[in-house]
Amino acid sequence: MALLDFFRQSKPTTAQLAKERLQVIVAHQRAGNTSAPDYLPKLQKDLLRVIRKYVKVGDDAVNIGVERDGELEVLELNITLPSQQ
Amino acid sequence: MAQVVVVTSGKGGVGKTTTSASFATGLAQAGHKTVVIDFDVGLRNLDLIMGVERRVVFDFVNVIAKEATLKQALIRDKRVENLYILAASQTRDKDALTEAGVKRVIEELSKDFDYIVCDSPAGIEKGAQLAMHFADQALIVTNPEVSSVRDSDRVLGLLASKTAKAAAGETITEHLVVTRYDPARVAKGEMLAVDDVQEILAIDLLAVIPESTDVLNASNAGSPVIALGEIPAAEAYKDMVARFLGEDKPHRFLEATKKGLMGRLFGG
Repeated sequence: MALLDFFRQSKPTTAQLAKERLQVIVAHQRAGNTSAPDYLPKLQKDLLRVIRKYVKVGDDAVNIGVERDGELEVLELNITLPSQQ
Repeated sequence: MAQVVVVTSGKGGVGKTTTSASFATGLAQAGHKTVVIDFDVGLRNLDLIMGVERRVVFDFVNVIAKEATLKQALIRDKRVENLYILAASQTRDKDALTEAGVKRVIEELSKDFDYIVCDSPAGIEKGAQLAMHFADQALIVTNPEVSSVRDSDRVLGLLASKTAKAAAGETITEHLVVTRYDPARVAKGEMLAVDDVQEILAIDLLAVIPESTDVLNASNAGSPVIALGEIPAAEAYKDMVARFLGEDKPHRFLEATKKGLMGRLFGG
């Protein structure tokens, strides 16, 4: 009956529910369309290989992500170096 | 050079062909030489909606395969001057359409016509992608309903990434056409309002076509809705064409009118 209670309390119309659901779906869909170009995994591997010429690092030392802010696209690159021993 | 306009939606049954037929007819009535092409190879319907099904001899695929010339395949509309129809093939499958073939036909038509209207098949597969590939502008036909809106958003993604314009770093001008709109249900909170659909898809609103029994009557008779005279759906399509051509027309038929339940249920 939780669902019924939910309707009783706030009484959103079905059109409002539709709008809320669509806003979530569309935001998700658009993020999926634009994030992570397909060369990212390969770039990550190549970077790892280059870094390993100089430093001994683990497989998860390189982190890559793409962030979008309007028209601006930012490639974020994080390299974790091993702690000095 | 002609303007190429794709009528697309992703989801089937939302009114692409109905809209293509009325849009092309309206452009021709306004004096622009217009051709409307059915891209739905294997499931052609535009010929029926335009009432020319008995006059199809050669089709789009015949022209692409060079089995017929464009001149042989173009069907001249008997009601409206300046209007031509290029039917889809009913017997072949979608693979009969090739990008190079479509390009050649559109380039040839561009020399002669002001507007080339591409009636897209449903879905986002090859046929739909070819229909939008050479477009300068797009009409996104959407019903105020969750699955249609989501599919339209997917199509917007394709228009921005998989078309010739996208490849050239240019953008296709996108216009939202909301069809089967029922203001009475919107007032009751049972249907997404046009503002909500527009807010979600974030493209310019070109037209709102009210739900109407006349649409089924029009398809029964093989006449585009816009040619039906002074009924709301026809008027809304006339406004759509006028706005597309740059006229500033306020949106009508957004408020509920007294209309029978049966009318709303069985509106085409």
